[in-house]
Amino acid sequence: MPTETKEIDLGDVAARTSGYETELKGEEMTLNMGPSHPATHGVLRLKLRLDGDYVTEADPVIGYLHRGDEKIAENMTYNQFVPYTDRLDYLAPLANNVCYAIAVEKLAGLKVPPRCEAIRVICCELARISSHLLGVGVYGMDTGAMTIFLYTFTQREKLYTLFEELTGARFTTSYTRIGGVTRDLPEGWLGRVSNFCNQFEPIIDEVDNLLTRNKIFLDRTKDIGVISQEDAIGYGFTGPNLRASGVDSDLRKDKPYSGYENYDFDVPIGSVGDCYDRYLIRMEELRQSVRIVRQVIDKMPDGPYYAEDAKKVHVPPKAKVLTSMEELIQNFMLVTEGPQMPEGEVYFEAENPKGILGFFIHSKGGGVPYRLKIRAPSFCSLSILPKILPGLMMSDIPVVLGSLDFVMGECDR
Amino acid sequence: MDAILTAKLLERFPFAEERASLDHPAIKVPADKLVEVCQVLMDEFGYSMLTDSTAIDWGEEVSPRFTGIYHLFKVSGGDWIRIAADCSDDAEPVLPSLVELFPIANWQERETYDMFGIRYENHPDMRRILMWDDYPYHPLRKEFPLAGHETELPAADVAKASGAKVIPAPMMGGPFHAPQTGEMSDREPRAADQSWTEKNEKPETVKD
Repeated sequence: MPTETKEIDLGDVAARTSGYETELKGEEMTLNMGPSHPATHGVLRLKLRLDGDYVTEADPVIGYLHRGDEKIAENMTYNQFVPYTDRLDYLAPLANNVCYAIAVEKLAGLKVPPRCEAIRVICCELARISSHLLGVGVYGMDTGAMTIFLYTFTQREKLYTLFEELTGARFTTSYTRIGGVTRDLPEGWLGRVSNFCNQFEPIIDEVDNLLTRNKIFLDRTKDIGVISQEDAIGYGFTGPNLRASGVDSDLRKDKPYSGYENYDFDVPIGSVGDCYDRYLIRMEELRQSVRIVRQVIDKMPDGPYYAEDAKKVHVPPKAKVLTSMEELIQNFMLVTEGPQMPEGEVYFEAENPKGILGFFIHSKGGGVPYRLKIRAPSFCSLSILPKILPGLMMSDIPVVLGSLDFVMGECDR
Repeated sequence: MDAILTAKLLERFPFAEERASLDHPAIKVPADKLVEVCQVLMDEFGYSMLTDSTAIDWGEEVSPRFTGIYHLFKVSGGDWIRIAADCSDDAEPVLPSLVELFPIANWQERETYDMFGIRYENHPDMRRILMWDDYPYHPLRKEFPLAGHETELPAADVAKASGAKVIPAPMMGGPFHAPQTGEMSDREPRAADQSWTEKNEKPETVKD
């Protein structure tokens, strides 16, 4: 594991700011950046203390988007909460769906068949590609490179078309169900995913050529916003942000879920932990995700896409509800009471594009969770801002924010 | 594997109790031992990351009412452990802060404070984080209704423009019911609106 880390040099700022009280007090200023600012990637307000162009103090204010997702979850049945998981990290809804479904399956003791697991892996990796495409594209814009965004967003559009064929929706997919997925793969869909991968790989290279060795980009990102290994762990960083700081941690390798152990892929690890490293990790993960998707397509097993004993959690097909008494009663009970879960506590975390998303469920039995807590990676990523922003220049803030790749829907919940 | 670890932990911490769990090893410790336990878990067992810290509210009539829940994560290898600690006071719940061990606890504890009203001792900056500073309630407490309470908004012009009133939340409460009258399409089972019950009066602002 590479261990080279760099601390931000704060010494100069301390020297510059000491004695300002009397002499140059007029030059210090407070600046409110946001809540709605192109560089804050959502409704995030930064209360900044500035000394000229340098940040001396930063206080992020979140909560503008707070919708009380946990409260909502505690007031509805397990099945009804699936669409709400889309709205957490709305750049990768499929990955959230999968994480929530697995968490509840753990509680219910359900085991899903291999085909369902394979479909979910494709979903997760396509969601990762889609999220990183936006992450990299907008990051390019934050550093002043407009073209990248056009390249990556075109690719995202293509992914949306694939999602639409699979789930019926382009943005809020709500694709998984507890114990399986909504429907089987459409005919010829895997072929189209394969075509997407084929045309996508040259685009990664193109973005790579445009950005990775670009002088302006390098100047703006190298050694900016360095986060040491120790800080990354202390502040609960996960996913690409943690790996960029040189920590080898990937749940897909360490604690494989949904059959990730069947696929070969590499986990990129950074060495410095600066903004540039975080970008490189995302670029490499795009390639690795394509690699995983290809393997899943090659190995796609046949069989049911739904767990055998999922009857107790999933509403029966509509045709049967209208013709068979048994299914009608089951449908009614599931809709009115919700799927009956055992008592107990589970905590499941999945490796999402932004880091690890976790669901903690305390069940007292019945169809409604007594307590559901969502562990959001973006929330943790943002909490480091008061620590790393001081000492940087005002113009570095968009770069640091972009490199953390957070999404406010998940941070505030 | 998990059972061995739990046994090891119980041996290491004689004051701890085992806690029922469907997956990860879980122990319950007294609140005043929490910092010590986390320190040992960090130094000796390698659980160096606090991935999640939250609380459970058992309802107004239960004592102890609040339980703090912590999930520690072993970064290399990926294992979790769950720690629970009861707050002794039901009206003014307090837990020790873990900020000195885990910087991330700063925000997580602020969130728990905001949502449940649990104060954290030795926390450097105990402010609300998701709701605004003067907000009088703690929304994740069980008695807080899904539709919310009518509250004065912090800015008069915002209040005037939005005309904020309590309106029933669409999926309010449960249990669910199927209306017996009306168009057939309206008779699907749905959540009962419980923004008012026998205990709570019907808000004036709510129209039938």
